[in-house]
Amino acid sequence: MKAVRENCQSGWSTMVKLQDIVHLLRMAGVFLLALILFLVFRSAFIPKSFGRYGHYRGDAIDEITARPIAYAGHQTCESCHPDVADTKAKGVHAPINCEACHGPLARHADDPTTLTPQKPDVAHLCVRCHSENIAKPQGFPQVDAKEHSGEQLCNTCHQPHSPGFDQGVKK
Amino acid sequence: MTITRRQLLVLLPAAAAAWEFVLAGTPEAAPTYNLSQHWWGMLLDITKCIGCGSCVRACALENDVPDGYFRTWIERYHVDDFHIENPVVDSPDGGKEGFPKSGFTGGKNFFVPKLCNHCVDSPCTQVCPVGATFHTPDGVVLVDQNYCVGCRYCIQACPYGCRFFHPTKNVADKCTLCYHRITKGLTTACCEACPTGARQLADLKDPKDPIHAFLKTHSVQVLKPHLATGAKNFYNGLDGSVR
Repeated sequence: MKAVRENCQSGWSTMVKLQDIVHLLRMAGVFLLALILFLVFRSAFIPKSFGRYGHYRGDAIDEITARPIAYAGHQTCESCHPDVADTKAKGVHAPINCEACHGPLARHADDPTTLTPQKPDVAHLCVRCHSENIAKPQGFPQVDAKEHSGEQLCNTCHQPHSPGFDQGVKK
Repeated sequence: MTITRRQLLVLLPAAAAAWEFVLAGTPEAAPTYNLSQHWWGMLLDITKCIGCGSCVRACALENDVPDGYFRTWIERYHVDDFHIENPVVDSPDGGKEGFPKSGFTGGKNFFVPKLCNHCVDSPCTQVCPVGATFHTPDGVVLVDQNYCVGCRYCIQACPYGCRFFHPTKNVADKCTLCYHRITKGLTTACCEACPTGARQLADLKDPKDPIHAFLKTHSVQVLKPHLATGAKNFYNGLDGSVR
């Protein structure tokens, strides 16, 4: 009797264990499916270059780099206009880059014959820098345009590429 | 025509020499920009700024910045005496068309050009929930406008007020330090247009960059140093009243 009872008990516990394993396997299957789905969706939604340099899309750097330039840079200007560069180098405007007054001209540099730049608007251009203002550094040449010239255009007297206090004034 | 083994042995070195000659005539490949060899910052000299607004106009033209929004702007400060905590600041249209005559006749008056500080520990990057704003390996903080969801957290987070919400693109926008220019070996549009040299782009990893000599010999400060953002815009002659 005792042996039979032991047999029954062990048979019962084996069945319970088997049932548990089936249940667990089913759960594991569900988890595995979820994991696979997660990985599939993850690879579909996250851009390829994400994480190349950090927690962002690495391709964004290339896209921002690819933007065309508008200001050509003074080296480009000077390669075609060395005469103006020479005049400018002798005067007080030597450190000022061409496009500071003439505006962005990269497109003109790419196609110099068809895209010719307009002359700067002298009436507004010069006074932006040289009109009197208490906040400007002392020693910077400033004038009250009305008092100084009766609002005459600056380039009637001054040579914009090489304006000196004396030598730049047109005779 | 048949070539003997002897003829072939003579011809091969001759062909190789000719091919070398052909290769020598082709132009060199364009120097590629190496992200790990640069660390960008800027030097802003308040003692040289005349408030002409050239930088603001150049920035807008180079980067298509919409009217009324600014990636860089100029502020005019007035400090009358000991009221260093309460300066009078104005910036009409960001200083784009220069500044009208000041109503003040005395006190301390000066211009402060401002732009993104490209902080090393930038608060704006930390708060972005989607990884749309980031640090490039060469120290520039950029916005991936194709990835930005327009939540505006970064605009709130920037302690310098350097970001804005683009009115038509509906994404965050800010100074890129003219990333499309500096990676081509050019300077930024604002530095190119500055007539007095008040702004100078600086490559802090380049030992030949003149900024190193300048930083060693001048009293230079960054904005809001107590926030420990690791700002990389170095101001010469910065007054304590500037916020």
